[in-house]
Amino acid sequence: MSEPTTGTGLALGGPASHADAAAVGTGLSKKDTGPGKPRSLWGDAWYELRHRPLFWVSAVLLVLLLTIAAFPGLFTGADPRDGDLTNHFLTKPELTHFFQADWFGYDVQGRSIYARVIYGTRASIMVGVGVTVMVTLFGGLVGMLAGYFGGWVDAIVSRLVDIFFGLPFLLGSMVVLNAFTERKVYVVIAALAFLGWTTIARVMRSSVITAKQADYVTAARALGAGTTRILFRHVLPNALAPTIVVATISLGAYISAEATLSYLGLGLADPTISWGIDISAAKDAIRDNPHVMLFPAGMLSLTVFAFITLGDAVRDALDPKLR
Amino acid sequence: MGRYVLRRVLQMVPVFIGSTFLIFFMVYALGDPVAALFGDKAPDPATAARIREDLYLDEPLWSQYVHYMGQVFSGDFGTAFNGQPVTELMAGAFPVTLRLTVVAVVFEMALGVTLGVLSGLRRGRGLDTSVLLLTLVVVSIPTFVSGTVLQYLFGVEWGLARPSVSPEAPFAQLLLPGVVLGLVSLAYTTRLTRTSVVENARADYVRTAVAKGLPRHRIVTRHLLRNSLIPVVTFLGTDIGALMGGAIVTERIFNIHGVGYQLYQGILRQNSPTVVGFVTILVIVFLVANLLVDLLYAVLDPRIRYA
Repeated sequence: MSEPTTGTGLALGGPASHADAAAVGTGLSKKDTGPGKPRSLWGDAWYELRHRPLFWVSAVLLVLLLTIAAFPGLFTGADPRDGDLTNHFLTKPELTHFFQADWFGYDVQGRSIYARVIYGTRASIMVGVGVTVMVTLFGGLVGMLAGYFGGWVDAIVSRLVDIFFGLPFLLGSMVVLNAFTERKVYVVIAALAFLGWTTIARVMRSSVITAKQADYVTAARALGAGTTRILFRHVLPNALAPTIVVATISLGAYISAEATLSYLGLGLADPTISWGIDISAAKDAIRDNPHVMLFPAGMLSLTVFAFITLGDAVRDALDPKLR
Repeated sequence: MGRYVLRRVLQMVPVFIGSTFLIFFMVYALGDPVAALFGDKAPDPATAARIREDLYLDEPLWSQYVHYMGQVFSGDFGTAFNGQPVTELMAGAFPVTLRLTVVAVVFEMALGVTLGVLSGLRRGRGLDTSVLLLTLVVVSIPTFVSGTVLQYLFGVEWGLARPSVSPEAPFAQLLLPGVVLGLVSLAYTTRLTRTSVVENARADYVRTAVAKGLPRHRIVTRHLLRNSLIPVVTFLGTDIGALMGGAIVTERIFNIHGVGYQLYQGILRQNSPTVVGFVTILVIVFLVANLLVDLLYAVLDPRIRYA
């Protein structure tokens, strides 16, 4: 991202797993797996995940954020677009008024910051999830085909991926978005997906190349299975793990990218409520009223943190190398 | 070695053409440069036609691209819409952003590698866990948030740095913006170094070094670190290009008139020659940085030889 460079989370290294071989050994005799029955990769990963506090922190945060995005009205009765300049211009927060309109104070237009933070969740989550779904479907398919068939398909896809990599992510999305006068959520999703699919394609390609060399693929082919069946029944399930990890971490990076673009005035525009727009509007008031910026920026960072931490925990659980 | 470099340079050519054509396509096909030139006013049809002819805008896109690249390779990047040659804008902007990038890279490398080695050597202990949690937090805070907050704290509240950088942009004033720019990459560098150190700490050559009684600092710096730096250097190669292009946010916050500033203005005003010209240079920087990184592998690891 960032940058979000958006160097998205590919480069993240894995933290140590606290569970050593002994812990895994005792896990085998737990009831849920049955004695002597080896766990699958996913069962193993789930066992690992349950023992990580950071996984539970991010999971609880995500459930909360998804609920807020789906039903913002449950969390606040205030109208996020209703500005009252005469009474509420830059009113300070009342930190004891839980879930009230004045909990986080009011912004430069006299609007409830708490209500805006709550209603802004939907745009961020929609962009994050939307881009990730599109990128995973398209990039995953392209990467899978390139990895499985090799040859000229791979040559074309790999060069195309290199070409997109040469262009800075933020810069490219700014150029694309500037061409649109009306920047709705789906426009931002399309622009970010257009430039973001290459990361997933690369990851999928390399894990499919590893998976297709396995003996069970040769066995399936010897038994007469067709290409489609081999791809979707044998190769894909075994090549999916790294893609899921990168997709989860990227989801956070896309949310960050959307906020950055909105901050630069090239992302979502005003009738849509977005944390990026609110942070951008707050930067002139920050000197005497840090609260105007603190709450949307905190909520944004918390959301990105939840997705990145989840991806990180899943990667550790799936990657047995560091155990 | 020479043959290897030559082969790599030849492989870079299609990527260079592809990336520059992609940005060319996005700028010229998605926007209307002539309409942008006139802002809100409707252009006089004769003038518009004349400009279209001058900029080869009537010809098909690939033909415009060939014309443009022909000019670029004879050193002419065209003129920005205010009449200034794009090369002049570049001469002003690139040194500033280069200095900013140097600050960011030195910061993320020095601190990132140190933290990575320290936490990698103490895997699973308190320091390691807190460094890892800290990197997650740092990655989660977008640059525009950390930049605004640090600018407010250091520049306004504590008065330790200038909140806005002067046009000359000397190194001393770029320290804070450089730190802001390198913050997210710092987290990646730390994690990469840590993972790599953890893996290599179990290697045979480390055990040999311990067995023959080398002092600990020598094992860490000469044996462990040198072998652990390869993934970090790989990341650095892609990061330099990203930092220079991604400085848009940092340069905007601290009012630095570098590449990011020119690109931001260029994109907003649809100043096509500026955008395409600057991105062309950034693509070259990206490709050359990656090539240099590959050559650096051989320095770090003598087992890698480029015949």
